[in-house]
Amino acid sequence: MKEVVINLAYLLASAMFVIGLKGLTHPRTAVRGNLTGALGMLLAIVVTLIDQRIIGYEVIIAGAVVGGLIGAVFAIKIQMTAMPQMVALFNGFGGGASVLVAGAALIESGIIEVSGSMTQLVVATVFSGLIGSVTFWGSLIAMFKLWEKVVPGGNVTFPGLQVVNAILAIICVALGVMIIMDPTNITLYWGLVAAAGVMGILLTIPIGGADMPVVIALLNSYSGLAAAATGFVLSNNVLIIAGSLVGASGLILTSIMCKAMNRSLANVIFGKLAPAEGAATADEVYAGKVKAASPEEVAMLFDTARRVVFVPGYGMAVAQAQHVVRDLANWLTSNKGAEVEYAIHPVAGRMPGHMNVLLAEANVPYDQLKEMDEINPTLDTADVAMVIGANDVVNPVARTDPKSPIAGMPIIDVDKCRTVVIVKRSLSPGFAGIPNPLFAADNTLMMFGDGKKALLELVAALKEG
Amino acid sequence: MESFVFTLTIFVLAVFLGFEVITKVPPTLHTPLMSGSNAISGITIIGAILSAGTKLTILTTTLGFLAVVFATINVVGGFMVTHRMLDMFRRK
Repeated sequence: MKEVVINLAYLLASAMFVIGLKGLTHPRTAVRGNLTGALGMLLAIVVTLIDQRIIGYEVIIAGAVVGGLIGAVFAIKIQMTAMPQMVALFNGFGGGASVLVAGAALIESGIIEVSGSMTQLVVATVFSGLIGSVTFWGSLIAMFKLWEKVVPGGNVTFPGLQVVNAILAIICVALGVMIIMDPTNITLYWGLVAAAGVMGILLTIPIGGADMPVVIALLNSYSGLAAAATGFVLSNNVLIIAGSLVGASGLILTSIMCKAMNRSLANVIFGKLAPAEGAATADEVYAGKVKAASPEEVAMLFDTARRVVFVPGYGMAVAQAQHVVRDLANWLTSNKGAEVEYAIHPVAGRMPGHMNVLLAEANVPYDQLKEMDEINPTLDTADVAMVIGANDVVNPVARTDPKSPIAGMPIIDVDKCRTVVIVKRSLSPGFAGIPNPLFAADNTLMMFGDGKKALLELVAALKEG
Repeated sequence: MESFVFTLTIFVLAVFLGFEVITKVPPTLHTPLMSGSNAISGITIIGAILSAGTKLTILTTTLGFLAVVFATINVVGGFMVTHRMLDMFRRK
């Protein structure tokens, strides 16, 4: 009877996860959705605690207190600009938990009778350990790369890296088979976890910069799949359902990110962006054609602008310029009656939706945040487009040069706006490493400088004028 | 074997359900979606609680304890930070 109650409660919790995720389909219902999910989790935890196999609570409570404190401090203290690092780290903890739970379940299966099928438990344990360990170590590397501490943020690679990865993959498969043949040898499991961990590190370390959104989304998916695999280990449906929801979510985001760069997942993970042979050099593209403008000159431009579009990129996050952008936008709407929108490329920033969160933090209403596909057809009616710390996502070469590394990547067509203002420190290339002809276009003005400082000067100039 | 097919059925259907639901989440909420789904993947806490609570051996209890720590960070941190972000979207 108790078993039935527990399983019904798990069913209810699973339903609450689905309803919770459904809530995320609109900003208005999203808060409630998240709370529904949290409540579902609480329900699942509470009914698990009444399980008769539990003989003492002190270890559980100790773990929950430690984990709860760490989690809460992170959640309260983390800056919105550092959100990619935190999500990466949390993905890792999810994978790590799966590795530990599956390992413990494997050991327990040698001591007490298992509730489900032993074969299913052992095979699922192999998957859980493999995916979980790749997720844990891969996420730690991703976190350090995003943080740009310990591990450099850019591409780190060495010759023979893929050979090493292939050998590691073979070792993992061999160990997996050996575990299935002899589940009592726990050392094999830890060997698998170690090999998968090294593979997780080596798969993540060569990927850098603007490819990070794909990596985080993929690791997010893995953390879900690891949880689902653990569900097979324990023959527990709520783990399987919750895990596969997360796995599906991460896969969708991964595919959206890849499409937004017109690259395959394999190309992001194993490939390398390199400028094509014979492509125009920076000197050829820029020489004598780049027009620099002072904040005062740009202020005059804004004086007559009726429709202004801001295009934020990772540079805005680095410069913490989102609040100044909001001030500028507010001033333009209230003093000039201008219509202001934000055009957001799917891969702008270091994780899916990164720019939206930063702008929401700066109190920008979400209905001003426009998706690329939505705003592109209307850009020819915009008077001023202001690009802040973005580069490759507005590079028209993506449309014109089929040999370029970003060929075919959908971009925000700011070059169609009447005037384009680029706020940027220098003419240095973006992640793709190629020059951007937009910077030398007739209708483009470069406002060089640190994003925040340059915009503060612009706002001051506008208020004076 | 029969129970495995049953479990597999649930897994496959849940993946399809996930695709259906998540496709409708707008790009503006993709970051909260990631942190929120991350919190949900902390569901492994259930397995962690069982290992930490049944105390079969010192090793399984230790593994259970560490797993409870990891999963609780995920659950508590994930739902809280998602709430913090979504609150910013709701403000206006």
